[in-house]
Amino acid sequence: MSQFIQGLLRLKRGPWEMVATLLIALGVFMLMQPFVMWGFTYSFITTLIGTVMFIIVSHFRE
Amino acid sequence: MTETPLTHAARATPPSVARKIKGLSDRAIAWIFVGPTIFLLLAINIFPLIWTINLSFTNFRANRPGREVDYVGLRNYERILNDSDIWLNMQATAHFLFWTILLQVLIGFTLAYLINKKFKGNDLWTTIIVLPMMLSPAVVGNFWKFLYQPQIGLFNYIVAFFTGKDPSSFEMLGSVQLAPWSIVIVDTWMWTPFVMLICLAGLRSIPDYIYEAAEIDRASKLRQFFTITIPMVLPFLMLAVLFRGIENFKMFDLVVQLTGGGPGSTTELTSINLKREAFEKWRTGYASAYAIILFVTVFGLASIYVKALNKVKER
Repeated sequence: MSQFIQGLLRLKRGPWEMVATLLIALGVFMLMQPFVMWGFTYSFITTLIGTVMFIIVSHFRE
Repeated sequence: MTETPLTHAARATPPSVARKIKGLSDRAIAWIFVGPTIFLLLAINIFPLIWTINLSFTNFRANRPGREVDYVGLRNYERILNDSDIWLNMQATAHFLFWTILLQVLIGFTLAYLINKKFKGNDLWTTIIVLPMMLSPAVVGNFWKFLYQPQIGLFNYIVAFFTGKDPSSFEMLGSVQLAPWSIVIVDTWMWTPFVMLICLAGLRSIPDYIYEAAEIDRASKLRQFFTITIPMVLPFLMLAVLFRGIENFKMFDLVVQLTGGGPGSTTELTSINLKREAFEKWRTGYASAYAIILFVTVFGLASIYVKALNKVKER
């Protein structure tokens, strides 16, 4: 866990890609879940942030 | 001097052209070759995307080209993301995605595991199993429509044989409860072979010596399955899940042929709904915003897909 946080602080690609992937997955889940309407409303912005983050962090060093 | 394709091409170049390109660098010549492709890519992919983003902020209607177009800011996005009907379409898509992927992975992996065993007629069975995948979705949709017919459909007769029900007592495509399952069954029938092929590639990439070492260590078959087979096939399985997820998120042709989105809107997946907004209601600006939302979702999933693909390549 501490290695993951250290990776985030040192702007390493792996942990940041993991965060972006989780955000995209969360956004897709929010878009399709049948439980709460606000989840659907905020799904697009979550996926968008995740996707843009993924594009940026994939240029970080390994 | 030996004749190479390069010298042959050089000799075949007309003198007037040769004079013109003589002073060009290798980089410039490379750009001349790549240029048309880049131009086509920009014209066919990038420009429509940018134009769609632009339209998504307007109230443009393609069936009224003379009407003044107003910029409405994020209002289209706001309306879509607060529309309970679109939320229901998303749920119908989620139902379709979840069950097709689950069934395809379970059946596909089981088939791959069985096909991976050496037995007589192995190749013939593989060919028979992959046949549905090679058919056109329009053809598959049409003949499953016949199979689902309550009076003459083979599917109803098979279900009736096992359950003792009257074949004409239920209608797969006309019932609100059964229609979502009917499209799941057809998609699973058609695309399970694809998942099977990916799993088979994963299973065949596991070296035999790992199993031999496990045998020496007296690991049981069940232990070998959970500690060797599953972890080694997992990246391939994930690849199949993502690939099918992206494809089914955009599913259109098969469902249009089978149910046309009905009965009501129970099988109206997002792509069908989008087509209705764009080309039946002609709300182009609104449909553009809808398309951008779907595009960002598919793009996000595709990013994960590429990452998974690179992991598989590293192995």
